[in-house]
Amino acid sequence: MALADATQDNVPVGDTTDSRGRLVTSDGTPLRRALERSMRRRKLTAFALVAPLLAFIVIFFAYPIAQMMWRSVDNPQVVNALPQTLEALQDWDGRDLPGEAVYAALHADMLADLDRPRREQRIGPLGIRLNYELSAARSAISRTSRNVADFQAPYKDAFMDAHRLWGQPELWRVIKREGRPLTLSYYVAALDREYDESGSIVRRDENRQIYVNLFGRTLVLSVAITAMTFLLGFPIAYYLSILPMRYANLLMIAVLLPFWTSLLVRTSAWIVLLQQQGVINSLLVNIGVISDDGRLSLIYNQTGTIIAMTHILLPFMVLPLYSVMRTIPPTYMRAAKSLGATPSTAFRRVYFPQTLPGIGAGGVLVFIISIGYYITPALVGGQSGRMISNEIARHIQQSLNWGLAAALGTMLLVGVLVLYWLYNRLVGADSLKLG
Amino acid sequence: MVAAQGSDGFVVFDGVQKSYDGETLVVKDLNLSVGKGEFLTMLGPSGSGKTTCLMMLAGFETATNGEILLDGKPINSVPPHKRGIGMVFQNYALFPHMTVGENLSFPLEVRGLGKSKREEKIKRALDMVQMGAFANRRPAQLSGGQQQRIALARALVFEPDLVLMDEPLGALDKQLREHMQFEITRLAHDLGITTVYVTHDQTEALTMSDNVAVFDDGRIQQLDPPDVLYEAPKNSFVAQFIGENNTLDGVIKEIKGETCLVELDGGSLIDAKPINVSKVGERTRVSIRPERVEANRDRLDPDAHLIDAEVLEFIYMGDVFRTRLKVAGNENFIMKTRNAPDQVRHRKGDKIQIGWLPKDCRALDCPT
Repeated sequence: MALADATQDNVPVGDTTDSRGRLVTSDGTPLRRALERSMRRRKLTAFALVAPLLAFIVIFFAYPIAQMMWRSVDNPQVVNALPQTLEALQDWDGRDLPGEAVYAALHADMLADLDRPRREQRIGPLGIRLNYELSAARSAISRTSRNVADFQAPYKDAFMDAHRLWGQPELWRVIKREGRPLTLSYYVAALDREYDESGSIVRRDENRQIYVNLFGRTLVLSVAITAMTFLLGFPIAYYLSILPMRYANLLMIAVLLPFWTSLLVRTSAWIVLLQQQGVINSLLVNIGVISDDGRLSLIYNQTGTIIAMTHILLPFMVLPLYSVMRTIPPTYMRAAKSLGATPSTAFRRVYFPQTLPGIGAGGVLVFIISIGYYITPALVGGQSGRMISNEIARHIQQSLNWGLAAALGTMLLVGVLVLYWLYNRLVGADSLKLG
Repeated sequence: MVAAQGSDGFVVFDGVQKSYDGETLVVKDLNLSVGKGEFLTMLGPSGSGKTTCLMMLAGFETATNGEILLDGKPINSVPPHKRGIGMVFQNYALFPHMTVGENLSFPLEVRGLGKSKREEKIKRALDMVQMGAFANRRPAQLSGGQQQRIALARALVFEPDLVLMDEPLGALDKQLREHMQFEITRLAHDLGITTVYVTHDQTEALTMSDNVAVFDDGRIQQLDPPDVLYEAPKNSFVAQFIGENNTLDGVIKEIKGETCLVELDGGSLIDAKPINVSKVGERTRVSIRPERVEANRDRLDPDAHLIDAEVLEFIYMGDVFRTRLKVAGNENFIMKTRNAPDQVRHRKGDKIQIGWLPKDCRALDCPT
């Protein structure tokens, strides 16, 4: 405190500096440090408030996403199962069948695997992995591995006797290509492409192309759903915004109903309404709009997906629009009219531009949600109303090709981020108003 | 143009009534005529119907009954955008997504004016309000006073014959408000525009207008130039609403031409000028402006009635002294005296006698 006293004696309080010219408080502590100390508590409080959610998000959101992205390039199966074979394959030119040395190495690798405890065997996963690239590879490997203990030199003939695939250079090309710890082949497949004999990437046969079209359809459906929610949501949001609070809240409940109804209840309702013998079709037939043979297919196709998802996502459009429209005072329209604008010009040039932040927010929200939507297309989309997320789910649950599912998921994620970035560049994310 | 009735004005309200709910009339039988080039202010407390009248004139509300004429033509069925009336709104209503220049260009564009013509008019309008350098700013980047000027320029840029202003200065601080009052009046007179101005601020009404219509209870209580309104209010509402006012209740004892004798409730007698009282025995409320109250007997008629007063408070305000008195039971009787060398500074508790010229003390109706 000696220093502090000295300072106080010599210099007027409130504008003091220490020997190095830094500002100090009246008791001599450098001002900056004093400020930090007084702010520390507040920072700690802020962190403590955020920490639980942050931990939750890291563990259950960020980490799984990172895991998924890693899985889309992770490729340990061949490296783990066939280390000697891969070494022997290093000098292979990739055209004719490899020599006896490679087959011998393969034999050694397979024998080594037999000695491992059952749960650590690597040949099984290898078969599954190779089967993604070349169908029949799994059966070739499993059939061979059953008898491999009895093989005698020359191993080349023994392997070719065991399964014809060992006599085809294609299998060896796949083994050599996938004999690296990281791979791009899941992405190649996700883009409807494959490797040809020379190892360059080419398009798949027309009838085996699935994903690019599916991405395109997902995009088109999402745009259509966004447009539908906008067309249906804008008028109702406008009406809500000019109603007295009391009625607006009542109507808002009607808008929010989709949020509060169980998905199963809604799905059965849609089926009752939309199916070919359903309420809507029967009504149209009865009043003579369509003939009995010409009943519309409104469910288990794209139409079903669009109708159901528009219904579900409507609140995400209405809420931001409503919250923006509430803040636009009616005097703007009056002012525009008093300046000579017809009601439609006033709406178009004065009212509408001011709702753009709400349209942007609602549009981005609905679009991004619908681009990754899974459950509704799965329930009412049928074959033609499927979206990319249904394909991802199929690979995770049925085909168990998690690498491909991860690649598709990563592409979807990157696509959404790119679209958001584009939106931000064009409109500015600051102008988003979510409520 | 002082006339209240008749159909020769530029803007005429002819027996206009307005009801929102079908049960009560917000505007009751309004007759008003505004001459060309006149600056008319509608003044009144909130809920008095003045803004409704303005909105009917602008076309945002329809008259329930009666006719509004603009330049001799009935406009009841003309939509707002075809009336060609400039309007300045309470919170300016500048379009936030447009620059100042675009805001001004808007009324010209919807009228189909060419680009060069538009630019010329915008420049002239902006120069008129000394905002020439701000054409590329957004309204949010301007101060309240600047926004006010732009709103004014926008209402004038398409050269309307009539401009309506709905409490345009309400959001400004006092100093800026006084400055803008002066500027709006100057512009209106220079351009020869007819202006209908709505406010609840009586100072604003008095300093700006050619004529002031005082509204209360859906009716015009008085329509007169500011000086007449202040000095010769026709009823006790106007007297009370415009400026500071002292009131004393009593009964008419005697009416003799231009003067009458009033016996106050406390028993003392004073002279007054009968305005809207007619017979002896009627209850009346007399009204005297604080600056017309006199404590110096030399300045009064020798035969004027004097009345006892007790000083409750003396406030020194610089240019004037403000003395609160208890007079005939009224403890809020104010006397305003100029700060002159010979002026007496009363002290609390002083017993004095005050009086006034009978013509300054107006015997008005006594509201029940």
